[in-house]
Amino acid sequence: MKYVDEFRDPALAQTLVREINELVEVIEFSKQRPIQLMEFCGGHTHTIFRYGIEQLLPKCIELVHGPGCPVCVLPMGRVDDCVSLAQRPEVILTTFGDAMRVPGSKMSLLQAKADGADVRMVYSPLDALRLAHENKNREVIFFALGFETTMPSTALTVLQAEADGLDNFSLFCNHITTVPIIESILNTSDMQLDGFVAPGHVSMVVGEKPFNFVAEKYRKPIVITGFEPLDILQSIWLLIKQIAEQRAEVENQYARVVASRGNRQALVAMERVFELREFFEWRGLGSIDNSGIKIKDEYARFDAERKFAVPNVKITDPKSCQCGDVLRGAIKPWQCKVFAGACTPETPMGALMVSSEGACAAYYNFGSLPELLALKLAREKQEALP
Amino acid sequence: MCLGIPGQIVEIVDPEKNLAKVAISGIRREVNITCIVDQDHPINSCLGEWVLVHVGFAMSRIEEEEAKKTLALLQELGEAQKELDSMTSTII
Repeated sequence: MKYVDEFRDPALAQTLVREINELVEVIEFSKQRPIQLMEFCGGHTHTIFRYGIEQLLPKCIELVHGPGCPVCVLPMGRVDDCVSLAQRPEVILTTFGDAMRVPGSKMSLLQAKADGADVRMVYSPLDALRLAHENKNREVIFFALGFETTMPSTALTVLQAEADGLDNFSLFCNHITTVPIIESILNTSDMQLDGFVAPGHVSMVVGEKPFNFVAEKYRKPIVITGFEPLDILQSIWLLIKQIAEQRAEVENQYARVVASRGNRQALVAMERVFELREFFEWRGLGSIDNSGIKIKDEYARFDAERKFAVPNVKITDPKSCQCGDVLRGAIKPWQCKVFAGACTPETPMGALMVSSEGACAAYYNFGSLPELLALKLAREKQEALP
Repeated sequence: MCLGIPGQIVEIVDPEKNLAKVAISGIRREVNITCIVDQDHPINSCLGEWVLVHVGFAMSRIEEEEAKKTLALLQELGEAQKELDSMTSTII
């Protein structure tokens, strides 16, 4: 238990670890195959690696790192579209710092900026709105991305732009929604997940109800979880307890932030401004029905895709990348052919190496010694081939 | 972007636009508080409250003690500094 001292309440952490160990004893199938739990959210993945949570758990529990890193799953074509918007002379392209580094097929926004495009990093979409007020002769575009956690902020910004009567502000909307991707993972035939650590801040917005289908239709336990190491450990205990007792329910470990009905004001704003796209492309996972979000017709004048001729570029993921297999839990990041060779955090090829919240980048930065040794051996073997 | 950061509301700036100032580790930043205001919690009741701030929007009320613990942990992770840097280094 090398990291347990760093937890907010080390004694509680130790009790949880002990109870998890006792509970897995009564889960019969764990003697044949590992109990696989997926943490959906990249923030959880980061905490799991930073605190070595997997090393605290019994060997029969395997954590599968899900696709909930919005920067990682953004397809290259959308980045290319965004770069082409940024290169228009009248445009000031604004976005979060995380999004600036995402590689497109030719360049990232950061590189476009170095080449002279007016790309500006903002902390909030409201900063973009202020830029639009201050630069009436320019077109300010906000490159919006993220799951339901950031959706209310962009929806409310559009509503404010309308109230302010702005005509030089628009969104390049790349929001994605959580439920369809969880459902698509559950429908994968080679999927053997036994439970979900559900995203805390998405749930803060949408509430508990949207996750009911996981328990009701798929009979899998799911626990809404906070972002501290103790939160995650407690949720794993709750999941294992459900599995041991053969229950499948939605539980809320993060009640200090997540109200069971979500945030009404946020949902109202999202409902006013956004609607589902029929399908949306995910990097590493392909096209998923009803998983993207677009701006409703009533707010079309704030939609950069309609305001400007966006090329809508489609770029296929590099063939050697196995991000999709990693995301489904079929392989571990270090089992991918290009991991730590052609694909590193400095020069990411695949989605999961792009942001520090991606599973591959987390392995790369915080991977444990045996895995990295295995990786090194595999690479040497590969290099020795003629 | 997804983790958010706890802060305390120290000033109501514009009640019509639901804008307030929050103090986060010594930094003051204007945020939108639409998502935490409703009939039961009018805007004037927000002063002094602790909230979880995501990309310039207060998204949830939290207990002061919880807020401080979360902040301490984010500081330990280096995440608090990243968030504060992005708040202050924003070009505008």
